[in-house]
Amino acid sequence: MSKKDLGLLILILVVGAIVAIINPRFLLPINLANTSNLIGLFGILSIGQAFVIITGGIELSVGSVVALLGTLFIDFIAVRGMEWPLAFVLILVLGAIIGLAHGWLITRLKLQPFVVTLCGLLIYRGVARFYTADGTAGFAFGQNFPDLEFLTAGRSYGVPNSFIALIVISIVMWVVLHRSVFGRYLYAIGKNEEAAKYSGIRTGRVVIAAYVICGVLTALSAIYFAMYTRSISPASHGQFYELYAIAAAVLGGFSLRGGEGSLIGVILGTVLLQELQNLVNLLGIPSSLNFAVMGGVILIGVLVDQQWGVFRERRLMVDATRKSAAGAAAE
Amino acid sequence: MNYSDTSIVATSPFLSLENVRKTYPGVVALDGFSMEVRPGEVIGLVGENGAGKSTLMKILGGVTTPDSGTITVDGTAHDRLSVEASLGSGIAFVHQELNLFENLDVAANIFFGREPLRAGPLKLVDRARLRTMVAPLLKRVGANFSADTQVATLSLAQQQMVEIAKALSIEARLVILDEPTSSLPLAETDKLLDVIKALKADGISVIFISHRLHEVERVADRVVVLRDGMLAGTLGKHDIGHDQMVKLMIGRMLKEREKASEAARAPGAVALAAKAIRTPAYPGRPVDLDVRRGEILGLAGLVGSGRTELARVFFGIDSSLGGALELDGKPLALASAADAVAHGIFLVPEDRKLTGILLDLSIAQNISLPNLPAHARRSLVSKSAETATAEKQKKDLGIKAPSVQTRTGTLSGGNQQKVVLGKWLAMNPKVMILDEPTRGIDIGAKAEIYGLMRALADAGVAVLMISSDMEEVIGVSDRIAVMHEGQISGILDKDRFSQENVLLLAVGKQPK
Repeated sequence: MSKKDLGLLILILVVGAIVAIINPRFLLPINLANTSNLIGLFGILSIGQAFVIITGGIELSVGSVVALLGTLFIDFIAVRGMEWPLAFVLILVLGAIIGLAHGWLITRLKLQPFVVTLCGLLIYRGVARFYTADGTAGFAFGQNFPDLEFLTAGRSYGVPNSFIALIVISIVMWVVLHRSVFGRYLYAIGKNEEAAKYSGIRTGRVVIAAYVICGVLTALSAIYFAMYTRSISPASHGQFYELYAIAAAVLGGFSLRGGEGSLIGVILGTVLLQELQNLVNLLGIPSSLNFAVMGGVILIGVLVDQQWGVFRERRLMVDATRKSAAGAAAE
Repeated sequence: MNYSDTSIVATSPFLSLENVRKTYPGVVALDGFSMEVRPGEVIGLVGENGAGKSTLMKILGGVTTPDSGTITVDGTAHDRLSVEASLGSGIAFVHQELNLFENLDVAANIFFGREPLRAGPLKLVDRARLRTMVAPLLKRVGANFSADTQVATLSLAQQQMVEIAKALSIEARLVILDEPTSSLPLAETDKLLDVIKALKADGISVIFISHRLHEVERVADRVVVLRDGMLAGTLGKHDIGHDQMVKLMIGRMLKEREKASEAARAPGAVALAAKAIRTPAYPGRPVDLDVRRGEILGLAGLVGSGRTELARVFFGIDSSLGGALELDGKPLALASAADAVAHGIFLVPEDRKLTGILLDLSIAQNISLPNLPAHARRSLVSKSAETATAEKQKKDLGIKAPSVQTRTGTLSGGNQQKVVLGKWLAMNPKVMILDEPTRGIDIGAKAEIYGLMRALADAGVAVLMISSDMEEVIGVSDRIAVMHEGQISGILDKDRFSQENVLLLAVGKQPK
């Protein structure tokens, strides 16, 4: 765990302690379970985003993808009577196709990630609303899927299964990002795409793979979100989720220029964001201020991190000057 | 304005330099240099890379202070020029790298920051007045485009006209053109030379710096030759000739320098062959070139002659617009650098920091990058395998660093270059292309890199070395191919190596 991650963890604990002192309900099992469920849902989404950001790209369409794929999933199993495991796989494949399309437009047709995924944001939202004719997708009364509901919205030993899913996915993706050949390529491309290309890396393929991973994880979280809300109005479901994911990555130490950030960082960023949401509720802050609190905290976090970097650089320089001065004096 | 009185003004020079000296730590960049420029005179300034041309330009632009000497501009003597004094006395520069805003139109570029404003609190730009101010300037440079053309749509020569119009807009009396034609196609060059003649007719002085000697021949009234920071000679209008310039540039004693070279090596089989390859930079000029096993083929030529572009095609970064590549006699198709690497064709690029290495990664991570799957088990990177490879290269190449985990950004230029070499030496090179491999590297590391190239050639690798350093090309190569405006103008075998021959081929003439 890097120093940055450790700092974030301490911040999370300090904020948690303060909230717990002011309102002890923070530590009630029901509150912790609810919060960790949300951490699970947003965490899966944010990991996907992190893979794109590490390449220096951005994925703005995830909120709309959550709405579209969530709508389709409920429609498949509740209306069309598809077996849920089949629908589950189908949705993941659709997520992969969306990621593939974005990656292809960005690497082969040289479009800017911001533009491509902004268009995606508009298109998928529109398609989702059209698909339900602006209605709500939901289950009929009494319709049940015990296995699916257990896996997505259920709990094991009091811990939400969505949170457990996040932990499993985090471990796998940690290995991919920090230990695998592919992960190394991602960092290399994020640091300097030209130099990576001159080292013989097929940068286009690697970047496309990052968007596909993001698409699949977004699709998975879309299913979780759908099973959590159980009914979806496509006009508002998942709105601003891309910003939650980007915020979690930025809080976790990712640079939007690419090549920087860790998996633990993005998870901790998600935890802090959900803790802040919870704080707004528990401390009786008007919920209308929700976004303002989040924005303020992210701004302060990034500012502290950046200033800390400047401070460290200066200290290193002063040290080096002293050392060379001492060396000259010794001679 | 009326310039009928130029004959009277012509007696006193607009600019004169006397005994100007400038030293940098360990180097004398200019030594006792004197010259003068009369109004309406076109001076050709020539010299090899490192002869002191850019130092002279910096002094005239007020960017550098000379150690001693006097600079007299328009009758006023100075010890040094400030940037303001330089501009204020009417000295304008047109650099090789143009400083234009491509997204703005011509008028906005010419009067950038000095736009005429409309009356009123909003300070809006007075477009109409701007256009009337720009029109006569464009006419003077013979522009065939209008003031509201976007600069990005102009050709390079037209962009240079915009730069010159900008110089005229500040009422320049001396325009210094630094390598203005080096990236221009021939037809465009003629236009530029016409503009120079027009400036001269208006009584404006011009200093024309160029490697293209036949162009200097065409426009210059006088040629000033710099060599090793000193005035090598001045040629008057009637003495200007190609051979005289070359002779002054390289100095007589270097002319027939005997090389202490080993016996000629038996040439190996052709490893990499280019058959009528066309690079995106010079699509109309096919290139044929063979690089043989066991040889160091030097690729010489002026900056902009298409050498780097050719290397990019060989390495799969750019695709050829025609022709074919062959490796060991078999057709070779390269869609990306990854394909070239898979075939054992490696490139040590010109720009180390941007394309050679990743400054933020460690030595070990840089060295393993092109061959990462070989340093992994079940696609997980093995740090021990990576470290072992890097340690070996560090030892073999003598990379000076605390450990292989050190960030490459903290290393010196020479050590960074060794990391670039190390990443390719750790795989088995078949063809090694090195683009300016010793630029910005200290002398000790240079010698080591020469030794490495020779060792590679001895091991049967085909080595292609692009270099602008004449001594290096002649001292290291087994054969020298010279490029001129996108084409191979000639190939010299060892018995015909001389600076003069390389330079003649580089400017498109036949060697002796």
